[in-house]
Amino acid sequence: MILAAAKLATPNVNWLAVAPEIALAGAAVLIVLLRALVRRSRLVYPSALFIAFAGVLVAGGLLVPQWNKVQNHGAITTMAGMMRVDGFGVFLGGVVLVSTVLALLLAASYLEREGLEGPEFLALMLLSATGMLAMTTANDLIAIFVALEVLSIPLYVLAAFDRRRLTSQEAGLKYFVLGAFSSAIFLYGVALTYGATGTTSLTGIANFLAANTVLDEGVLLAGFALLLVGLGFKIAAVPFHMWTPDAYQGAPTPVTAFMASATKAAAFAALLRVFLVAFPLYRDDWQPAVWVLAALTLIVGSVAAVMQTDVKRMLAYSSISHAGYILIGFQAGTARGREAALVYLLTYAFMTIGSFGVVTLLGARDDRHSIGDYRGLSGRQPVLAGFLIFFLLAQAGVPLTGGFIAKLGVFAAAVDAGSYALAVIGVLAAVIAAFFYLRVVFAMFTRSDGDVGTATPARAARTIDLGSGAVLAIAAAATLVIGVVPGTLLQLARDATFGRLF
Amino acid sequence: MSSSFPVLTAIIATPFVGALVVALIPKQRPELVRAVGFAATAATVGFTGWMLWHFKTGTAGMQFVERQPWIKSLGVQYLLGVDGISVFMVALTALLFFVGLIASGSITERLKGYTIAMLTLEAALMGVFLGLDLILFFVFFEIVLVPMYFVIAGWGHDRRQYAAVKFFLFTMAGSAFLLVGILTVAFLHQGDHHRLTFDLGTLTNWAPDGLSTGTSRWLFMAFFVAFAVKVPLFPLHTWLPDAHTEAPTAGSVILAGVLLKMGTYGFLRFSLTLFPKASVDLAPLLLVLGTIGIIYGAIVAAMQPNLKRVIAYSSIAHLGFVVIGVFSLTTQGLDGGVFTMISHGLTTGVLFLLVGVLYDRRHTYDIAAFRGLWRVAPILGGLFCAAAFASIGLPGFSGFIGEFLALLGTFLVHRPYAVIGAAGVILAAVYLLWAFQRVFMGRPDEATAAMPEINARELLAVVPLLGISLFLGMWPKPALDRIEPSVKALIQHVENNSNYRQPDVAKRVVRRAIAGVHK
Repeated sequence: MILAAAKLATPNVNWLAVAPEIALAGAAVLIVLLRALVRRSRLVYPSALFIAFAGVLVAGGLLVPQWNKVQNHGAITTMAGMMRVDGFGVFLGGVVLVSTVLALLLAASYLEREGLEGPEFLALMLLSATGMLAMTTANDLIAIFVALEVLSIPLYVLAAFDRRRLTSQEAGLKYFVLGAFSSAIFLYGVALTYGATGTTSLTGIANFLAANTVLDEGVLLAGFALLLVGLGFKIAAVPFHMWTPDAYQGAPTPVTAFMASATKAAAFAALLRVFLVAFPLYRDDWQPAVWVLAALTLIVGSVAAVMQTDVKRMLAYSSISHAGYILIGFQAGTARGREAALVYLLTYAFMTIGSFGVVTLLGARDDRHSIGDYRGLSGRQPVLAGFLIFFLLAQAGVPLTGGFIAKLGVFAAAVDAGSYALAVIGVLAAVIAAFFYLRVVFAMFTRSDGDVGTATPARAARTIDLGSGAVLAIAAAATLVIGVVPGTLLQLARDATFGRLF
Repeated sequence: MSSSFPVLTAIIATPFVGALVVALIPKQRPELVRAVGFAATAATVGFTGWMLWHFKTGTAGMQFVERQPWIKSLGVQYLLGVDGISVFMVALTALLFFVGLIASGSITERLKGYTIAMLTLEAALMGVFLGLDLILFFVFFEIVLVPMYFVIAGWGHDRRQYAAVKFFLFTMAGSAFLLVGILTVAFLHQGDHHRLTFDLGTLTNWAPDGLSTGTSRWLFMAFFVAFAVKVPLFPLHTWLPDAHTEAPTAGSVILAGVLLKMGTYGFLRFSLTLFPKASVDLAPLLLVLGTIGIIYGAIVAAMQPNLKRVIAYSSIAHLGFVVIGVFSLTTQGLDGGVFTMISHGLTTGVLFLLVGVLYDRRHTYDIAAFRGLWRVAPILGGLFCAAAFASIGLPGFSGFIGEFLALLGTFLVHRPYAVIGAAGVILAAVYLLWAFQRVFMGRPDEATAAMPEINARELLAVVPLLGISLFLGMWPKPALDRIEPSVKALIQHVENNSNYRQPDVAKRVVRRAIAGVHK
């Protein structure tokens, strides 16, 4: 009996397929160990920082052989079908890691400035990134759920990391409560789907549905509706966006940048994979729902942003409306739509981290960001103002920035798929969005000394430190290059979505 | 320079490179900023002159064509070309920016940013008139908004934020439909030919037969909204008086002289070519809106207490002539429309420059603030008088040729509109001469008496424009010779693709009609 138990079959593991996740998780564990073993040494934080960057860079480096292997020999399915490394997953993994490294750079200077240095912060960020990376390649509803939790739980803590500020605590709590809620909904969706199809593997579900006719569709439909809702929370689609403004506004700004870019990429990876791999046959059922989600997200995201007086909150709403554009690509349900969503996610990551990067640098200790505080910025901080103007214009979709190429892609996909109305809603939402971006831009041009009595704290000119400067330069350069010569990126996105299922 | 010299790229790139160079100059060196600004605009004028010199008359096709793939996966090309319809818009743009920078001598605050914005704006506008790939055109069409927004918001007058945002949102809302329209045309073409392209030439050959009547009408309307906002056509015009009034002088010159023409140019270049049948069917709508523009613009202009607003509203009226000329769909009407586009750029440019001269001295546009200025500043008065007459369309100035041809073309096929439109010419005399009388006639009051005469720099900006207007008014042949082949080909294209036939009389060589008038 004992021998039989020892023979318990364990699935084969393709180590290359999971190596990036291992690198990230390993770095996080190392940092925690370092913190636990070496106490009160000044070297702990710098070395933790070094380990964190090394971990992300190694993980990023491992994506290259993955990509080559996938492109030449097709997708790698491993761990009994739990993970499926394909072009799509590797591409979005790249987006996650790019966002992580940029957010880490931002955080490094932010933590020092705010006196929040802690190796824990870095470890949590790496753990969260591990979850995100796993999510981009997870090919099973259970694996997706595990990845979702691994990415979420550290984020709850990170959002509340600035304990001195009540808003940060509020952000953490709100994010936690609603995040847990959405996880529960997702899990219920998994259960119902399993009930209807007898498997949690995405490929398995697709095969089951292709081979069998489900007579009583109610359970299945409810199942994937709940999956849509659960993931809808994570991508902050309206009406599941209520946590976003508070969490984004209250969280330390580098965390916000991380949440807005990397989390969104990971959640979209899962969303696209679940619906396009497992339920392609039920497209007629989910497409209208996604249509409504996209339209609502676009409209509410941009209209609500107009009403904000806090720049960080405004950016939170604008990130909601960006999710709407990506949903347009998803809704199209075509290869062109998937490609457009990928391009959008990468471009959006650069634009949004760039914007939040400027905001991080401008934030005072109290982290207030009302539009009034930005008044006259172009005179006081011409370089930062220039960067922010560029990123805001890019988010507005002005041509020759990546924002335009990204939006062009999703609109083209929508028109190609015949969703003219959604395309029109999208473009009009872009017009509304332009309005609130311009409001910030204009505030920066207005001289502050002229307005008597407005609360404009005279802030000392802040120097741009090396890390943040690098983030801004990289993000701006990438946004510009994508806008002017998008060929390479579009080709990469095409290669990433080329294949049988993806 | 050889004939393969990419002159069109040079025309777009020169101001852009100028903007980059200016960006590198420290802001403590304003004289360098100015010098680079002048050099870039002057070089653009030079390249444009070279292009005009080598422009072949008597052919309708695109010249100096440049073609490079840009976004391969979407089939977007970097495709430039110029024909009789766009060649003078390019020349006008080059000229007005050169003059505009001369006239910006009074701007000292943040000169560097201003120069960068103006040069970027010039590059983008050149791209609009030269781009022959629909996406490329749209890219430039949208980029124009950004520097123009900054020129208004950064260097405008009191209500500049309101004006700048309104301008941005109106035009961007219009182009929203344009983008969806462009994508729809391209993807429907792809459905037929399995090749995604935004090449205007390819789509022009396909669209008239490839699109059903209903679809092409929808698409015509989508393009129409974008262009109508730019023109602007009643009732989408409300951004214009605000933007014109609040913009700095050179901004107003560019807005009126070049930006508005993006709309009428769009009708000529895209609406008539891609949707000829829908254009014929929906022409009455455009004729009505154009005529309303002529009369409404003139009446509202007459009521304005603000001199700059008078000229702003007069633009609505002038552009109304362009629209009815174009949608009369006759050779003469189109000739007149294109000619008025040039002429309006020159004369309205002069008027805005002169109003800017007044503003620099008195910091007000209020008509009531001035009286008897002619006695104080006779040269200024004389120039304003000449400019007003040029704008009204007095024979001998370019305004006459253009509006006469536009009305003539319209009269041949749609008599009522021409009759009502002609009344607009009289109303133009009412508002401009009345304004002129209030500002320049009578005995000068105290404040006016202290005003200095126009200076050499300001003269340098104004005189060339007025001179060209006079030249074209006296001898329009060089311009018409270049415009007409393209216009004829365009009408031919519309006729080939619809039941519409223009009356034979409208086809007559336009020169004869002009000669008849001058007898």
